[in-house]
Amino acid sequence: MAPAPSSTTSAVTLNINGEKHQLTVDHRTTLLDALRERLDLTGTKKGCDQGQCGACTVLVDGRRAVSCLNLAVAAEGREITTIEGMAEGDRLHPVQQAFLDLDGYQCGYCTPGQICSAIAVIEEHAAGWPSAATDDVRPEAGPPPLTPDEIRERMSGNLCRCGAYVSIVQAVTRAAEAHEAEARGTDGDRDAQEAAA
Amino acid sequence: MREFGYQRADDVSGAVALLAADPDARFLGGGTNLVDLMKTGVERPARLVDVRELPLDGIEPTADGGLRVGATVTNSDLAAHPEVRRRYPALAQAVLAGASGQLRNMATVGGNLLQRTRCGYFADVSRPCNKRAPGSGCPAVTGEHHNHAILGASDHCVATNPSDMGVALAAFDAVVTYETLDGPGELPLADFYLPVGDTPDRETALPPGALITGIILPPAPVAAHSRYRKVRERASYAFAIGSVAAALTIEDGVVREARLAFGAVASRPWRAHAAEAVLTGAPADGETFAAAADAELAAARPLPDNEYKVTLMRNLVVAVLTELAEEAAR
Amino acid sequence: MTTATTGGRTTVRGVVGTSRTRVEGREKVTGAARYAGEIPFADLAHGWLVLSTVARGRIRSVDTEPVLAMPGVLAVLHHGNAPRLETDYVGLLGIPPDPTAAVFQNDRVPHLGWPVALVVAENSEQAREAAEALVVAYDEEPHDTRLTGAHPDAYPAAGVMPAETEKGDLDAGLAESPFVVDEAYTTPEEHHSMMEPHAATALWDGGRLEVVDSNQGTTWIQGELAKMFSLDESAVRVRSEHIGGGFGSKGLRAHQVSAVMAATVLQRPVRVVMTRRQMFSLAGYRSPTAQRVRLGADADGRLRALDHRSVSQTSTVYEFVEPSAGVARVMYDAEAHRTANEVVRLDVPSPTFMRAPGEAPGSFAIESALDELAERCGVDPVELRLRNEPETGPVSGLPFGSRNLEACFREGARRFGWDGRDPRTGVRRDGRWLLGTGTAAASFGAGAAPSTALLTAEADGGFTVRISAADIGTGARTALTMIAADALEVAPDRVRVRIGDSDFGPAMIAGGSMGTRSWAWAVTEAARELRERLALGTPVPPEGITVRSDTTAALGSLAQKERHSYGAQFAEVAVDTATGEVRVRRMLGIFAAGRIVNPLTARNQLVGGMIWGVSMALHEEAVRDRVSGGLYAPDLAGYHVATHADIGDIDADWVDDSDPEDPVGIKGVGEIGIVGAAAAVANAVWHATGVRHRDLPIRPDRVLSAAAANGGAAGTDGGAADA
Repeated sequence: MAPAPSSTTSAVTLNINGEKHQLTVDHRTTLLDALRERLDLTGTKKGCDQGQCGACTVLVDGRRAVSCLNLAVAAEGREITTIEGMAEGDRLHPVQQAFLDLDGYQCGYCTPGQICSAIAVIEEHAAGWPSAATDDVRPEAGPPPLTPDEIRERMSGNLCRCGAYVSIVQAVTRAAEAHEAEARGTDGDRDAQEAAA
Repeated sequence: MREFGYQRADDVSGAVALLAADPDARFLGGGTNLVDLMKTGVERPARLVDVRELPLDGIEPTADGGLRVGATVTNSDLAAHPEVRRRYPALAQAVLAGASGQLRNMATVGGNLLQRTRCGYFADVSRPCNKRAPGSGCPAVTGEHHNHAILGASDHCVATNPSDMGVALAAFDAVVTYETLDGPGELPLADFYLPVGDTPDRETALPPGALITGIILPPAPVAAHSRYRKVRERASYAFAIGSVAAALTIEDGVVREARLAFGAVASRPWRAHAAEAVLTGAPADGETFAAAADAELAAARPLPDNEYKVTLMRNLVVAVLTELAEEAAR
Repeated sequence: MTTATTGGRTTVRGVVGTSRTRVEGREKVTGAARYAGEIPFADLAHGWLVLSTVARGRIRSVDTEPVLAMPGVLAVLHHGNAPRLETDYVGLLGIPPDPTAAVFQNDRVPHLGWPVALVVAENSEQAREAAEALVVAYDEEPHDTRLTGAHPDAYPAAGVMPAETEKGDLDAGLAESPFVVDEAYTTPEEHHSMMEPHAATALWDGGRLEVVDSNQGTTWIQGELAKMFSLDESAVRVRSEHIGGGFGSKGLRAHQVSAVMAATVLQRPVRVVMTRRQMFSLAGYRSPTAQRVRLGADADGRLRALDHRSVSQTSTVYEFVEPSAGVARVMYDAEAHRTANEVVRLDVPSPTFMRAPGEAPGSFAIESALDELAERCGVDPVELRLRNEPETGPVSGLPFGSRNLEACFREGARRFGWDGRDPRTGVRRDGRWLLGTGTAAASFGAGAAPSTALLTAEADGGFTVRISAADIGTGARTALTMIAADALEVAPDRVRVRIGDSDFGPAMIAGGSMGTRSWAWAVTEAARELRERLALGTPVPPEGITVRSDTTAALGSLAQKERHSYGAQFAEVAVDTATGEVRVRRMLGIFAAGRIVNPLTARNQLVGGMIWGVSMALHEEAVRDRVSGGLYAPDLAGYHVATHADIGDIDADWVDDSDPEDPVGIKGVGEIGIVGAAAAVANAVWHATGVRHRDLPIRPDRVLSAAAANGGAAGTDGGAADA
């Protein structure tokens, strides 16, 4: 049974993958530990616990964040999406499918973080955000095309020690092209996928 | 990490009052630096006052043509904002050069201003450090100081400020606004960070218990012609070993106005006034740019293993100013 | 009851050699794959290691009382109360254990970051806080943690190969050579830094010790734990289903041993997970090396004399040798030929195997030296290597198995666009970047070690392979599925491969680029036997028909030969001499590495090795603080591994090189990718700038300093000096 709330613990409701979880947390508990140790959502990985590797990346209110530097108590009221919430039933998210098809991993430990990050990268790019790889950040220059260099820079917060970077970039490219084709409202989805293959 | 209390503040005055109630309390913003330091034992707060929900997340134009940026605006939102990118492109570039997409989504403007040095001795509680444990000594001076300060340091501390954002803010004369129990106040960034001297533990001129509410970017037409370049030991997701924020306006081949600030070379974002003085009114050419860099770096006091930073900064200044001059000529 | 057949409609040509996505891929991309620290146990307690803060000395006291009074704390284990361990034995790899893993046995502290206690508590937050609060007092002694090539305590040491080899008259050979290279090279301390930290949960279950771990070989760890805790091997079960990277580091370490101690003392499940910072002193590392290479050659670049000496460091408690001087024993012959591996015992943690031990740093030195020789002789670097292809093993005199290095260079040079390369340095520019290309050769041993496999024909027509293999990201699970399918002549979807459980019997570890080959051999043998059984038309009972193979005899009958994989590395770099930044724009590696089982995963692994080479060339360096003797900034912000942005267009491919002695034709692809890669990058930096970098990593400050020393090349015009 959970200990009674005291000054160093709090009863919180965490909204994770559309489901509400009520639990009492030690304030020291990070969102990452709450997911892994309390809620049995172990898809989110602990690589460094210091914000230096990206393995624990989740989406918080739709934006990617490292869960190791988020306190669970501070995550109340936010919508958390983890790797377990990305597929629709048996249907993988297009980014997951691209990682699987193009072998965008080796040991798999950084993979959930890479995938969560990639899903957000595609959204950030669609929203017109520039990156450190963008030559001209002024709005007049227009949104940068999502070149391999742009993907590499935007994905750099996710280390992969196995060195699967080349196939990860291929996977993100394929998923992004499919996403763009869909956004254009054309039937170019299939074409883009074929072009990327 | 020791146990601590946690409260979420609803408004600015409430946040300041909550902090004042506990001398061992800290404000929690994005947590990207504070939570890490709590894990390594450098910070041991008894209470966290979460200020992320405060209504300080706006970016608005000021009446005189500048911008006001709220303290809880995330680094990502700052860098993505069209007016920031249009009027102060070097600021957007600087923010984008820092950390990772994940961390920029979490980190706030207020927290970025207060982030601590990445000196490895500071982060290791088993080692002496005058910044963390005043009077215990500075192992970096005789130890590892490859990425430590060459400007404005002292024998007591040679740590650098790791912020990229702060370098651009320094170039653009940003003003920090804050709130205390006694009411609001403001500090120009130039006065915000204290000299190192023999008190490296005292980092800012903020009054005790003050909450940063935002920054004001004064109007600066020169800033529209600005650039940030950062050099680090890998291509991304690393702290700088040297960086430059620069802005130039050139008329008839002569520098009309120049702004220049350095990162990763001092305990604070380093505004290069001596270099700006050389630049202003001089021909916009490589000779001037090199002379400007030399004027600023004449004050450099490198240690044996970071002497390269003098060369690096000189070359960076020349490279970035040359790029800006070429851009102006197009 | 059914009758099994192994004839397949869909497997006429077999699947080995075709690209297949990973059988566990769906689990990995959905987060369903559970790694060692993620398997739930009722009543689990959490252990947190406490490490020494001094580099040498004795523990004077451990003040446990205040910590035991802290909330949730269950126990504090230390040298005063921990169970005694046996360390006088030889394990599966034929070597004695590194006593670093035998924690809490005495009061000696041999390095900073040595485990001095384990605090166990109800949850990890409590354990962490209590571990931080534990006061340990030391009697500190002066330490020496600094390796130099001229260290007076260096001595020749054997490790996995003879310490020294020598033939011919070296001095005479050098004196007679019109072209001589005599240079020193250094590589820094490097860390595996796999993404998943070491984690183990130990518990006693019905008189049997269960350990759920992340390791490179379950029967290896089972054997080590059994011997160390004086248990019968059958009383220990080790499981390791998914492993978040290993690279040589995931063997027996403090986390498993301390978890077993705590589970024994508390009689409940205990999990110990290393923190990232702890890994930098507990998980092993690659020793720094100080190397000297002397080459003497004829005018046409043919070697007459070769001398390679490498000094590495080890701890005061264990002798591990980074055998960097071993490369030339395989790669290059000369009438006068001398190689020597030496070590210095310092007050540092024990180094260990790390991806291509010896070959990675050794190839940097010798392949850089060959590039220098090519420059001095005026011979193209590719041509120089081809002219020096030996007929037989330079030291052993044994015949080579297949040696397809030339094919790698020919194919690589063609595809990379090497032919017609302008040898001048510092003359190609793209904006602020100077461009250059470089090449290097690669080799790595191809071997197999005895393994057993269980193969079951199931009553439902399927087949189950059980083997205590480890998939540390190599794709072994998928490769073994394909191999079993072909050996059984069935479609892969009828084959289920279960790995990572010591109950499946002894098998080779995932290491030495020998895992997949060793396991595939056992699986192939089992399949052959099972097919013979099934060919008799025996009906399959409900529990299936199981055969067990053991490759010990087959491997023992192999003739002695020089068996290796080879490769040719090509790199193009861009260097900004004004800022010191170096970027690898593209790389191509062509390998002769045996038959490629699964091109999709093999290419990924080879490219991954090349990325390690880029990372080694430009980024990786653990810096030891001279005053404390510990690492400076030991975390992933302080220790730089390559990020996405550091990696340009890198591709790997291969030439036909099926090994006729292996039942499947495999050699192994785990390590060859890193070999020579750093040298190719460094050689390209020389070609770009005219500056030779003999110390890794090629950091911006080194490029800047070299450019400045080279005559103001770092000046305002950014121009580079020509050689």
